[in-house]
Amino acid sequence: MTDFAADSILVMVDVMPSGEVAKSAAGLLGAASGVGTPVAVVVTTPDLLSGAAEQAASLGAHVVLTATGDTSVLSAPAVDALVAAAGLVRPDAVLVSNSIEGRDIAGRFAARTRSGLAADAIGVSRDDEGIVAHHSVYGGAYNVDSAVTFGAPVITVRQGAIDSRAEAQPLNALPLEVAPAGAPAATVESFDQVQATSTRPELRGAAKVVAGGRGLGSKEKFELVDQLADALGAAVGASRAAVDAGYVPHSYQVGQTGVSVSPQLYIALGISGAIQHRAGMQTAKTIVAINKDGDAPIFEIADFGVVGDVFTVVPQLIAALEAKKK
Amino acid sequence: MRIVVLVKEVPDTYGDRKLSLETGLADRAASESVLDEIGERALEVALSFAEKHAGTEVVVLSMAPESALATVRKGLAMGAGSAVQVVDEGLRGADMGLTAEVLAAAVKRTGFDLVIAGNQSTDGTGGVLPAMLAELLQVPHATALSSVEIGEDVVRGARASDAGTMTVSAPLPSVISITEALPDARFPNFKGIMAAKKKPFETLSLADLDVDPMDPGAARSIMIAVSEKPPREAGVKITDEGDAGEKLADFLASNRLL
Repeated sequence: MTDFAADSILVMVDVMPSGEVAKSAAGLLGAASGVGTPVAVVVTTPDLLSGAAEQAASLGAHVVLTATGDTSVLSAPAVDALVAAAGLVRPDAVLVSNSIEGRDIAGRFAARTRSGLAADAIGVSRDDEGIVAHHSVYGGAYNVDSAVTFGAPVITVRQGAIDSRAEAQPLNALPLEVAPAGAPAATVESFDQVQATSTRPELRGAAKVVAGGRGLGSKEKFELVDQLADALGAAVGASRAAVDAGYVPHSYQVGQTGVSVSPQLYIALGISGAIQHRAGMQTAKTIVAINKDGDAPIFEIADFGVVGDVFTVVPQLIAALEAKKK
Repeated sequence: MRIVVLVKEVPDTYGDRKLSLETGLADRAASESVLDEIGERALEVALSFAEKHAGTEVVVLSMAPESALATVRKGLAMGAGSAVQVVDEGLRGADMGLTAEVLAAAVKRTGFDLVIAGNQSTDGTGGVLPAMLAELLQVPHATALSSVEIGEDVVRGARASDAGTMTVSAPLPSVISITEALPDARFPNFKGIMAAKKKPFETLSLADLDVDPMDPGAARSIMIAVSEKPPREAGVKITDEGDAGEKLADFLASNRLL
């Protein structure tokens, strides 16, 4: 029988179908180590379990609770395992990634255990009464702190929001005894893994982002965004208008209903800066905008704005960047 | 088949949205209120199915203050057959747990084969409600669907998760949520607006649903602090005179952004 630290924080680690733990795990365990002792829950198929547990320990889990789960059953095995883990550990908080899968697990777990749930936190802290979740709402216009009336809060943590990392731990794995709740679940009939087709950084969590809007004019001309991104080693994003026009897939969309980014540098090309778009990028450290329309709202928040034609300014910029590299 | 569609009144994202710094609640007077677009798309999924399948009942359901009546009514004007709105002072500042309990009770009361919701509202962006609702109703969830195929006893769709795209299916009754990859919603026409006035519109209270907002058995999430971030200020703005690309490269270099 393992004794769990009184300040244990339970961390649900997403495991990808490849067996890799999701990128979000490092931030979740980092956040947990800042307010207590991280205890990870890892659920996957038997062949992938030890590898995933090993990774969770190396990312800072003092104990890794493991359970095997059928990946063709949506969410249910993970929720059942999390319920078993919470019963065993009696944690001060439960942290889950604010991913599509994580939100479902957190929602089901909170509803089943009648726990208070805080969604999309960008940080956690501890005060005299327990764990506090920090949120950035209305597109970053407000900071809000939340806590629960009693018990351990269930907190989904925004991906890429936590920079701190926990110290690697030796693997201390413990199989969970899980009593399946038998809740009806959806079936995963097939799965196509996203193929990494690009050497560019992933949009979420990228340090630099170049994004294009309707001002690019066509799918072919959107390539200008790719060219500048490659010159800077940046990820590529887009406004909703560019996505709606079919220039790029929806996964590129930055904004209210797309991906939220907080890079060091955000360059907006031909983007007018509708408030929905600004909501997803205005926490960038430095914002650069190039747009023909000098009245475009993006200029209200740009640290460096250029009123001009992207098709003349950007090629010149790329040439100047290449000259500086030499 | 009875399809319940969850809709929500939200502050229009085309304007500046305000939170009251005293209560932490949305300042409804500060901006225009609209039906959340993702909920309209969810309704579109139900309506286009109903058009092709006679005998389909589409109910819009919302938990919202009384002032949201006109917004919920838009769902009727678009084509839903009836509307249910849960209105109660005890719901002011409700967290997601209480919201899920209320909606689950209302859905149970109405009866359902399928509940369709948007994946995330534009105001709370929580994205957890469909799964919470499914748990409370003891039915499967299939969330974040970018395509939906409704069958007689099963719902199926594509789900773009972080790791890849999967096809999921769930037996009915079920709760699904959809993403904005699904088509835009129809606009209500004059005929629809006139017809909406005669459609059933039921208003329910917490007592009707037998939900206790102060239930000591459930932990609630509460806001303990709220502050406004200072607005971002504009920096340098230049007009291209043939050298803007070079000036921009210099700006990036001098700010160590290369």
